[in-house]
Amino acid sequence: MTILILIAVILGIMVLVKLMNIVQLSTQVSGYEETEDDQIKENNYAGIGLMLFMIIGLSLTVLMIVSYRPHLLPVAASEHGVGLDKLLNINWIVIGFVFFITQITLFYFAHKYRHTKGKVAYFYPMNHKLEIVWTAIPTIVLSILIVTGLQEWHKILMTEKKDAVNVQVYGYQFAWITRYSGKDNTLGKSNYKLITDENPLGLETSDPAMKDDVYTTGNEMHIPVGQEIKFQFNARDVIHSAYFPHFRAQMNLVPGMNTFFTFKPTITTEEMRKITKNDKFDYVLLCNKVCGVAHYTMKMTVVVDTPEDFKKWLRKQKKAREISSTPTVAENTTVNKEVTATL
Amino acid sequence: MEVKNTVTAEDVHHVEHHADEHHHESFWTKYIFSQDHKMIAKQYLTLAIVMAFIGMFMSIIFRLQLGFPDTKFGFFETLLGKWGKGGKLDPGFYLALVTIHGTIMVFFVLTAGLSGTFSNLLIPFQVGARDMASGFLNMLSFWFFFLSSVVMVWSVFIETGPAAGGWTVYPPLSALPQAMPGSGLGMSLWLLSMAFFIVQALMGGINYIVTVLNLRTKGMAMSRLPLTIWAFLITAILGLLTFPVLLAAVLLLIFDRSFGTSFYLSDIFIGGAPLPQTGGSPILYEHLFWFLGHPEVYIVLLPALGLTSEIISTMSRKPIFGYKAMVGSLCAIAFLSCIVWGHHMFVTGMNPFLGTVFTITTLMVAIPSAVKVFNYIATLWRANIQFSPAMCFAVGLVSLFISGGLTGIILGDSALDINVHDTYFVVAHFHVVMGAVAVFGMLAGVYHWFPRMFGRMMNKTLGYVHFWFTIVSVYGVFFPMHFVGLAGIPRRYYANSAYEGFDYFLSVNHLITIFAIIGGAAQFIFLFNFIYSIFKGKKATQNPWNSTTIEWTSPVGPGIHGNWAGPTPTVYRWPYDYSKPGAEKDFIPQTVPFSETKSSNLPGEE
Repeated sequence: MTILILIAVILGIMVLVKLMNIVQLSTQVSGYEETEDDQIKENNYAGIGLMLFMIIGLSLTVLMIVSYRPHLLPVAASEHGVGLDKLLNINWIVIGFVFFITQITLFYFAHKYRHTKGKVAYFYPMNHKLEIVWTAIPTIVLSILIVTGLQEWHKILMTEKKDAVNVQVYGYQFAWITRYSGKDNTLGKSNYKLITDENPLGLETSDPAMKDDVYTTGNEMHIPVGQEIKFQFNARDVIHSAYFPHFRAQMNLVPGMNTFFTFKPTITTEEMRKITKNDKFDYVLLCNKVCGVAHYTMKMTVVVDTPEDFKKWLRKQKKAREISSTPTVAENTTVNKEVTATL
Repeated sequence: MEVKNTVTAEDVHHVEHHADEHHHESFWTKYIFSQDHKMIAKQYLTLAIVMAFIGMFMSIIFRLQLGFPDTKFGFFETLLGKWGKGGKLDPGFYLALVTIHGTIMVFFVLTAGLSGTFSNLLIPFQVGARDMASGFLNMLSFWFFFLSSVVMVWSVFIETGPAAGGWTVYPPLSALPQAMPGSGLGMSLWLLSMAFFIVQALMGGINYIVTVLNLRTKGMAMSRLPLTIWAFLITAILGLLTFPVLLAAVLLLIFDRSFGTSFYLSDIFIGGAPLPQTGGSPILYEHLFWFLGHPEVYIVLLPALGLTSEIISTMSRKPIFGYKAMVGSLCAIAFLSCIVWGHHMFVTGMNPFLGTVFTITTLMVAIPSAVKVFNYIATLWRANIQFSPAMCFAVGLVSLFISGGLTGIILGDSALDINVHDTYFVVAHFHVVMGAVAVFGMLAGVYHWFPRMFGRMMNKTLGYVHFWFTIVSVYGVFFPMHFVGLAGIPRRYYANSAYEGFDYFLSVNHLITIFAIIGGAAQFIFLFNFIYSIFKGKKATQNPWNSTTIEWTSPVGPGIHGNWAGPTPTVYRWPYDYSKPGAEKDFIPQTVPFSETKSSNLPGEE
């Protein structure tokens, strides 16, 4: 490889030297002034070139869409994700339409109105009607896109879902822990000053709500299918981002703050394996905010179970009450206040 | 007309000798601590080109790593030492390269390089001023830029490596040396460099604004300003309003890092111990950063659009379509750009209601942007296009502006942003719409105004070759990248090994890297052409593009002190009288009064 690059560099220098010679020669053909014919030739090259570039470029665009599409993310595995994908497709249709029309017009005009012998440009400095039309049309189209987009946004992040199960996703350099709130559906209090090897979440054992909390110790989290899950995100050290690409869900983890995202998984891992025709398929939770050197390794496998399987798995997880008792921290910090950010 | 306006440098020298009081310039005052806007513009351009090659070189290195993760590159070790051990790039240094590449390109190349070069060169020339309002401040501004560049490049060579938390340097990652090696001394140097940079931007900006508002020549009403000047003016105002906010963000971060304050820090346990800081919020930093960060996109973009407006009109031999709409849309974009910053923060935990507001303002930016595109296309309609290399780049810019602008509709929509936030889709989007567009604007500007800067022409053939390699590789790199993002691959990943569904896109990454190398190599054609033409290029004529604006009435060559030998030219008309029916030529310079062009005057002009 190094040799290849060396060769490339040497070749590059040789090409430049050669080019220099050509340039020198061409300027030395002394007093040579560009004629009108030369200019027309140049304009032809550029105009035809741009036209070809457009045709090839747009063909490749179609080709890329066709060939990459099957390898993008599979069907959305959450309830809101289906709506989001639909919204995305509507947007793509509008964008694709405008893209093709404007690019074709641009390059076609560039080609058609290139300088040729005797051509005179048309003095056309303004047209108020046209300006109004092409201000109004984008305004209307965008209004529709804004409204449909905000409806989804409202459904996903601004609507309190009933019967949601509280689950905490906790991130630190460079791993995840998931904590389940148990029967009382309340996450017990925690404090970052209590963090030890034994108590990685800094849980306050004296809090009654803590009794039935359990948390993961491995690199795998399970969630039950068909159940709204309200994730509460917390970070230990720096900002992380919990990105669930298959569920079309993402939220940052911010030290000193609670953030939330609620979604309902609709397809179990087993079913998704069938849909994708891939026995090894697994959902994944990725860190999507640069968080340090090993950022790219910070992931957790997500398994969507049937409710029965989920319960079985939950029983095997680490119980918060097994942590030896911690001192109460008088001055409670912000970690567990039930507030979203107001900034 | 043309002949009448031709004044050679010799004539002027002669005149100046008689005028006396002509100060003799030494090497130092002429080339180094120059207060002449023309020289300062060249200084900015030169340093920006150097920085651009450094930034580009960094991108090639991390692209090699991304495109060929299993290959060992022996020269990595030779070049990078401990960061390239065994021919593999160190993951920490990968992040450092990404960070410094971003910082250099956004600030040093596209902000200072574009505004610094062309505002300095064209504002005095096109408004008919003898120089900037304050030559001294102008000189200082360049030297602060130089200082800031030196500190930034220096930070790459220190033991712990440069800043590595991404160009946005979000705390706590950037605030805590325990979090990553790059957050040590490297981060301090980054902050110092940025503080100098902001000083530079403010000094430059004040100068540009004052010059445009106060030093216009006789007859140069605001409504007769070329669109370049409008763009530079609005850019400067935007910079003046927003850069101080970045300075505040940087200062508070310095306090958090060095003086134990907790503006951005709260409830942190790191390196085996809890930190004492409570009550701060990283979200505060994000708000402050993006309050500049988003207008910054337009600080980069607007000058590029201004330059191409001028080039497209001149080379189409046709007035720019909808001059007033162009000025109006520039103002609208600038205004809206100040109230959209929250779209970078839809999923940061910011209150979702705020997300609603920012979605509306963000998508509204598409309206003036669409107007600009339509006006460009309407200008090309029934034109008589002369494809100089500058014009090729200008057309390429419009194409890229469409491609990049449209994907912004998806990112600006809070709901759709959830799943593409911080993926390669974002990387592709902003590289096209702000990176490539601004670079194309800058290159178009250099090709077009090279004769104004150096009195010589750049080689055309090399220009065309450069253009074709560049546009093909820009699209080759960034078009497929959108699909990488839609597949859910996060940005700033050293390797895409976290999820097997990403494996397919390794082949796409090969392709992208190959195009990046081709595109990078093609810039050497430009570099060669640039340096060669300074010394040996064809001598420029007085007005090589048959342009109407008044910078072409100043003596050919590197220019003289004070720009015009006699009084500054008087302006009688707007700058876009191209192919006016009834005129003897296809352009009427701004210096020609209506009384001399009776045959072509429109009703109301006399």
